[in-house]
This record gives sequence, structure tokens and C-alpha cells, in this order.
Amino acid sequence: MNTWIYDNSFEGFLTLVFNCYELNIFPDIIKGNRNNQPSIFPESYEVITDETKAKRVWNGLHKKISNSSCQLLYHAFLSEICDVELMILHYIREVFESPINIELNFGNHYILEMLKMDKKVTREAQRVLMFTRFQKTTDEIYYASFDPKYNVLPLTINHFENRFADQKWIVYDTRRNYGFYYDLINSTEFRFTENTINRNTGTIDKSMMAEDEQLFQELWKSYFKSMCIKERINPKLHMQLLPKRFWKYLTEKQNNE
Amino acid sequence: MKEEVIKKLEILAGAAKYDVSCSSSGSNRSNTNKGIGNAAYCGICHSFTEDGRCVSLLKVMMTNYCMYDCAYCANRKSNDIERTALSVDELTELTISFYRRNYIEGLFLSSGVVKSPDHTMSLMTRVAKNLRTLHNYNGYIHLKSIPGASPELIRQAGLYADRLSVNIEIPTEANLKLLAPEKDYTSIYTPMNSIHQGILENKEDTKKIRSIPKFVPAGQSTQLIIGATPDTDNHILSLASNLYQHQQLKRVYYSGYIPINTNDSRLPAIITPPLVRENRLYQSDWLIRFYSFKVDEIVNEKHPNLDLDIDPKLSYALRNPWMFPIDINKAPYELILRVPGIGVNSARLIIASRQFGKINSYQLQKMGVVMKRARYFITCNELSSPTVNEIKPENLKLLLMKQLPKAKKVKYPGQLKLFDVA
Repeated sequence: MNTWIYDNSFEGFLTLVFNCYELNIFPDIIKGNRNNQPSIFPESYEVITDETKAKRVWNGLHKKISNSSCQLLYHAFLSEICDVELMILHYIREVFESPINIELNFGNHYILEMLKMDKKVTREAQRVLMFTRFQKTTDEIYYASFDPKYNVLPLTINHFENRFADQKWIVYDTRRNYGFYYDLINSTEFRFTENTINRNTGTIDKSMMAEDEQLFQELWKSYFKSMCIKERINPKLHMQLLPKRFWKYLTEKQNNE
Repeated sequence: MKEEVIKKLEILAGAAKYDVSCSSSGSNRSNTNKGIGNAAYCGICHSFTEDGRCVSLLKVMMTNYCMYDCAYCANRKSNDIERTALSVDELTELTISFYRRNYIEGLFLSSGVVKSPDHTMSLMTRVAKNLRTLHNYNGYIHLKSIPGASPELIRQAGLYADRLSVNIEIPTEANLKLLAPEKDYTSIYTPMNSIHQGILENKEDTKKIRSIPKFVPAGQSTQLIIGATPDTDNHILSLASNLYQHQQLKRVYYSGYIPINTNDSRLPAIITPPLVRENRLYQSDWLIRFYSFKVDEIVNEKHPNLDLDIDPKLSYALRNPWMFPIDINKAPYELILRVPGIGVNSARLIIASRQFGKINSYQLQKMGVVMKRARYFITCNELSSPTVNEIKPENLKLLLMKQLPKAKKVKYPGQLKLFDVA
């Protein structure tokens, strides 16, 4: 088995693709080495991320397929689904090795799969936009946490920046333990070092909540309750539209303590 | 903001919940000067109620006091319910505070009619105006125009709102007059026409001057109550299709009648709302807007009502077996769209892919085609299924109905005698 290891970054993956073509060897297994631990795979080849190489592959792809297909590929990468790197590598090979542009040939397994993965990831990103609930803190920062199935946080920042341009905010991925802080001008990536946030509920400590925060949470809960038409109650549909894994961070789904 | 607002919001949100409009789409207002909010063109839902409806807007009434006495309405004058009102400032603060916490995509404001239609309309407009001008708010605003409000006021409202809507409620004027004595079609169509006119003029003006303020950029919508009167689906869908074509409405909502005022003899005695019929109407509406079906292909004099057992597209296919089977590898997009089990997405994938080679049934399935249904209506490469013509439409209907998930039997005993003569 031919195992290649890279650093989990998209640039790292593109460097890996570059090396494949350079050495004309293609891996059977691709493993991420997220925490830079020493390799546990004896017969493995370690890819060293190189921005120039990554750029060359990325530009090469843009010459073969449209912008939107390149985006698709990036989204599939963010899915972090098991063996997605191999799947993308297959896709890239099909694209590079075909004399014509085949990005619309959905009869092809890899091309259709890429489309489906993109759909899953953009849907999850959309859900983050839908189900994010900010809580106002005493220092006027709006805080929200969530733990999406796929690594979609980078896909949502633009939306939050455009929408909440006049308030400071933090969005935090508790599963991957990183987030973004927006200071009214820029948003920067960061990582919490202390346990200021309750990991189970995503709620901030009451002592840090703005004075009227509790009231607005109550208002929202009571609004949510009043909107339901009891003659039409449909728990199955409700669950399908509002999956349970999101409930723990949803104000309207939290029990009053 | 005070605690007592909780009670008011409870009452006024409860009063507004029967308005089914929930969309926040069609407007792409951008955030200007680092203000608050923008409007996403596709619209974004933020939650779902336990009845499975989407919550994207703070849907609330300014007040549930009302001088009208419409038979189907929870807030009619003669009902003995708790009445309250939210002030303009309370409404703006609620909207902004909910918006900042990402609870909502914007505001949907309606109201009972107090003092006069114009008085009510101008109060509602003030909420929208304050949000836009005092708070630099660029999120979505949907205002319900009050029947009978003057065209000037509607014009003003349209400068701040993304969408305006005038509810028709009852599909025929005679029945409307019976159920809502203070309303008539003039009071509904006058504002609807002036909104339409305003949109057309605004389009012309923006061609000349780019910076002109938008007028109702997300267009207008309306709502029809289904099952409170004996109007047929043919009648309802013809009305809707007319509105799409001639008033360029963005959406027509269908609201299955819920018996709120059970003791009114003008209304039918039903136990559960006609949810299946409502669903079939939405499916038909979809066929008209996205599948280029004509109304008389779905319902007509001979078939005035929709089949409640199967969806309207399958029903159409079974009534028109002569046009099948359709060759997936040759037929144009419009025809492929008519195959039961093939939606807009899979039809597009089929068209895009077949330039690279013939498509087989295995690939169709992977593209999302529901082969259980589609197989009787298509030919593709190697697929060897009997077609609808070989099985005969009536047999195929029974066969396919058996495969459907067991639909809940909804009792729908029909209308009261009074309406049968009306």
C-alpha cells in the first residue's frame, strides 16, 4: 500500500497532487496529519506543503474547468468525509487527462459524486447561516457557537461580515475548536484557550450576558411557541427540517432553567 | 424593552400565524454604510415551528383590534379575545434585536384595521420607514397592505418594504362578500393594481437613473383560503395563474381553511383542515411556475378538482398516456420535465450529460430520478419496463398508489348545504 500523508490543509492537498504528477506515482491511501504528530505509517511518503506548487495545480485546474467546478472541488474537500481526498484526486485526474472539458458529464461516477458532496457541504453551510443564534455579552460582542458536520465555517464568514457589519461578533466551531472574531473591520481566525464557553450548550455564562439578553431569549422562545398552529402539528416534518443535532445551540429549543 | 412585551408579542404573533406567507426571498438589498443587515436573494429560513412551517420573518400584527368582522378571521370584531397593540418603537426594537441575534431574516407586519384603513396603513409604514432611515436597517420587510388604504399610502409603503401583499382570501367575490361584509374585490384589486403599476414604473425609472430608490423589489404576493367556500381547484388555479401573468405576482399562497370560529353558520363544518388538497395546490402551482404547465393541463371543466390520491404531474401523465414513453437520450428539456419522477435538477443533469454519451437507467437513478415512477414513462438505452400504455393508465395508478407511503386519510366532508346553492 502506497500511503501519502499531508497536513490537512487545502494547499497541502494541492501540493500532494503536484507531487503525484511530478513523480508519476499515485497514492492508494491519503491520510491527514492534523496535529503534526510523527507519522505512524511506516511505509509512507510525507508531503511538504508548498504554496507555489499548490498554486500551479489550482491554476491548472482553472484552465481545464470552470470556476464553479473548482469551487465544488474545494467544498468537497471541506466535507472531511473519509477518503474524500482520493475521490478528489480521481476527479482531478479525469479532468486533466481528458482532451475536452468533462465537468458536465454527470454520467461519470466521480463527477456526479463531486456534485453530490458539494450539495451536502453547501447545505450544511446554509444550515449554519440559518441556525446560528447570537448571544449578546456585557462587552457588546455577539457570540455564537455550533458544531457542523462538515468544516463549513470558512464558507459562512463572508455572509456574517456582510450582514452584521455594525456589531462585533464571534462565531465558533466547537467540534474543530476554532472560530472567527469580527472587530467591525476585519474578521480573524482564533482559538479559545480557556473554558469560557459551555461546550454542551454553547451558552455563555450568565455573568457575561448583556442585561437584556435573557429577556430577548424569552421573547424569542415565546414567539416561537405562539407561531405554531396546533391543528397542523407534524413532528416528523419538524424533525426533518430542524434536525435534532442542531437543537442544543438553538435558543428556541432550550429548556428554561 | 420591558417584560410586558412578552405578553403582547404572544398575543400578536398568535394572531398573525394564520397568514401563511413566509418567504423572505426575491430581494437583494445590500448592506450600506456599515449598517445592519442585508437581504439574501434566495431567502433564508431561521427556524421551523412544530407544525413544520418555516420561520424566517418576525411575523406579527401591529394590533389585533379590528373594525371588520370577517367570518374566517380569528381577530374579527365579534370575537371575544384579548386585544393589544405594539407601538412603532416596540416593533422596531423587537425587529432589530431579533435580527442582531440572527433569529430572523426580517419583519412581516400585518394589522387589524383600526380607526380607518389609511390610519392603520400609515402606522405600519412608519415602522418600515423608521427601520430604514433611523436604524440603517437593510434586512427584509414585508408589509401587508390594508384593504381600502389609499394608493398614495401604498406607494409610500412600497419605498421602504421589500414585498407588499394584499390578501384575496376568498376566490370569488360573491363568497367574499358573504363572509367578509366590509370587503369587496375593489378594495383588494385597487391596491394590488397600484403596487403593480408602481413596480412597472420603478423598472422604467431605474433604466434612466440608476440610483433611484427601489420600489417593492421582491414584488407582491397574496393568499387564498382553501376549503372555506365551494370554489373548485380549477377556479382557484385559474385565478392564481391569471395573477402570475397579469399582475406579475411573485407568489400565491394557499391556506387550508382552519375552523377558528366554529359557531358561524356561514362556514363549513370541518374537523381537520384540508391539508392534502392544500399540498396538491402547491404542487400544481409549482408545475405552472417551474415546469411550464398550463392550468387547463392540470385542471379543466372535465376535471375541475385535483386528484387527492396522486400528485398532479402523475395525474396529468396518466390522463395523457399518448405522449409517452419519452426517449431520455433525445427528448427536449420541456418534455423530460413532464415525466413523473423527474424534477428540474435531474432533468438538467440529463441534458448536460447526454452530449458525452448515452445515459442508462443506472445513471438516471444516481442522478436522482425516481425510477419507481419514471420507468413506465421513458425509454433509455437498455431499460426494458412495460410502458404506461401497455399496463393501462388505470392499472398503473393502482400499482403506483400501492407503492406510495400510506397517506393519512383526511376527512373532508365537504361544504354545508348553503354553499351548494351559492
